Amino acid sequence: MTGLGRAGRTLRRTAWQALPTMIGIIILCFFLLKLVPGDAADVIAAEAGSATAETMAALRARFGLDQPLLMQLLAYLDNLAHLRLGFSARFNMPVSELIMARLPNTLMLMLAAMSMALVVGILAGWVMAIFANRWPDRMLQVVVLIFYSTPGFWIGLMAIVLFSVKLGWLPANGNMTIGADLTGFALIADRARYLVLPSLALASFFIAVYARLTRASMLDVQRQDFMRTAAAKGLHPVTIQLRHALRNALIPVTTMAGLHLGNLLGGAVVVETVYGWPGMGRLALEAVTGRDFNVLLGVLLFSSLLVIVANVAIDLLHAWLDPRIEVH
Amino acid sequence: MTYPLLRVEDLTIGFPYGTVVHGVSFDVHPGETMALVGESGCGKSITAFALMRLLPPGARIQGGHVIFDGVDLAAAAPHALRDIRGRSLSLILQEPMTSLNPVLPIGMQIAEVMRRHEGIGKAAARRRSVELLELVGVTDADRRYDDFPHHFSGGMRQRVMIAMAVACKPRLLIADEPTTALDVTIQAQVLELLDDLRRQLGMAVLLITHDLGVVAQWADRVTVMYAGRVVEQAPVRPFFATPQHPYARGLLDASVGHDGEAHYTTRRLNEIPGSIASAAGEAGCPFAPRCPDRIAACRRAPPVLTALGPDHNVACIVAAGTDHVAVDR
Ligand SMILES: Nc1ncnc2c1ncn2[C@@H]1O[C@H](COP(=O)(O)OP(=O)(O)O)[C@@H](O)[C@H]1O
Ligand SMILES: [Mg+2]
Repeated sequence: MTGLGRAGRTLRRTAWQALPTMIGIIILCFFLLKLVPGDAADVIAAEAGSATAETMAALRARFGLDQPLLMQLLAYLDNLAHLRLGFSARFNMPVSELIMARLPNTLMLMLAAMSMALVVGILAGWVMAIFANRWPDRMLQVVVLIFYSTPGFWIGLMAIVLFSVKLGWLPANGNMTIGADLTGFALIADRARYLVLPSLALASFFIAVYARLTRASMLDVQRQDFMRTAAAKGLHPVTIQLRHALRNALIPVTTMAGLHLGNLLGGAVVVETVYGWPGMGRLALEAVTGRDFNVLLGVLLFSSLLVIVANVAIDLLHAWLDPRIEVH
Repeated sequence: MTYPLLRVEDLTIGFPYGTVVHGVSFDVHPGETMALVGESGCGKSITAFALMRLLPPGARIQGGHVIFDGVDLAAAAPHALRDIRGRSLSLILQEPMTSLNPVLPIGMQIAEVMRRHEGIGKAAARRRSVELLELVGVTDADRRYDDFPHHFSGGMRQRVMIAMAVACKPRLLIADEPTTALDVTIQAQVLELLDDLRRQLGMAVLLITHDLGVVAQWADRVTVMYAGRVVEQAPVRPFFATPQHPYARGLLDASVGHDGEAHYTTRRLNEIPGSIASAAGEAGCPFAPRCPDRIAACRRAPPVLTALGPDHNVACIVAAGTDHVAVDR
């Protein structure tokens, strides 16, 4: 089966399952958000410091907030059906533009955090399995336990104190050096420097999860008969580990990673706030404080889409790792 | 006399909790099939793994030698051992379902061993693997090269394992209960294939089994183990005609059916009264608690393997007529 055909099929299947859920979530959130006291007009008026009843009414009329609730919902759904996400009262621009400006940053953060979690976690777990019950294993177990039990934002704050404030190695706020007109490698290096700390904060818990999982499944694989078969062929131990053990041991790790993508997106809200990272997570927070529900609903919608697409990618990776899996 | 291809001398293997193989010795000559028989748990697999130094974690060779082709494998350096494994000495395991890597195509798993030992390129290894698959009876071999183990039945997987094991034309193939996990009809086919290949390639086979029917049909010589010790070894014909050790006699009696005909394949070894567990903590002969010929001297020390005739050894003071020696000691 070709990878592309498989991807299409999985995407279709996921879409069928996910679309009704997404619409349900949108409707539910819509009503929940309307329960929150205040609306965008209130916030804008409060920030302006002075507003007459007439200007408030005009604002509400402009954003459609004067309509009955059900009409507002229908208007929103109608917009959605035409692939429009509406207009942001607070940022004074179309929601889709707003999200498109933030989405790449969040994607970059998630990608960096997931890669960091997988690479560091798998490496740590592998080392732990190789040295099982000896001092490198025991030492890493303690580190992993700390990562596992400490909230990511706290690790993030401590990392800021150490690497930004004390040592001055890494920037603590934003996603790039403002005004520095960089190109090529310098640009990439600049972005990477800004990525390190937020990715670490976001990844820390998952590093611990994958390290433990890799350790357990690596140890489990060592006991399998096919490992003895591989050794009986005269293969070098390193070849045996790389070619025969690792791929089998990674199957449970990728399964978990797929489930974790949603959690990662949730964690991004906190981490983006701590690090002033201009992503969708922070946008969501700003939308809540500004009562800008169009933006919030748009963020929710895109987040679900993101998780769906990421799951398809993980599913493909999984199928490559484990040929026993066939699409049903 | 031809020098044996494999000489196992006084091989002793233990786990941290105790010794499970006690001073086992046997020879395998070039081109022959030597059967290693004994009931489950008597140490056959552990012995086989020790020959290749592939013991499970915790197990250790505590003493003895494994002289293969003039090299003591029990003392060989790891890299020297790796050059021998898969090339002149190879292994087939009992469970065809788990002994192939589930995430790699079977052809690649066969090609791998030739690329390791013969340094041939990818294309040549593929061609040779397809030939090997045809040799072991996999039809449509060229297409099935890229299939994964889960596409094959148990019997077919064992054929793939055999192809892998004989890829570099080994001098000795160790087959640890190669048919135990298979259907009876498939068992005969796989053993037949092994025997064909043995003759074609001129290799010796160390056939581990608990099935006396298999021994009678396919082996040249037999070594019987009980509770981690060799109790009798002999060429197959004299062994089946006149077994000497009371345990071996019990086995043969147990495998004779009610109508007086031999039903080796349908009867299993543990139909002797008592169980191998009774050997635990025994100071003397491990079989003494179950033995009908037991005398007082049997409880004193484990009997040594004594020559009864040419190539016929037994570890029993009663059968060997050495009971007075034991009493004197
Ligand atoms: N991985 C292991 N850990 C501890 N003991 C083992 C292990 N494998 C085998 N043994 C012990 O070694 C003895 C011999 O086992 P084995 O060689 O597998 O028997 P068999 O003759 O059935 O192949 C048994 O008593 C068994 O309990
Ligand atoms: Mg066994």
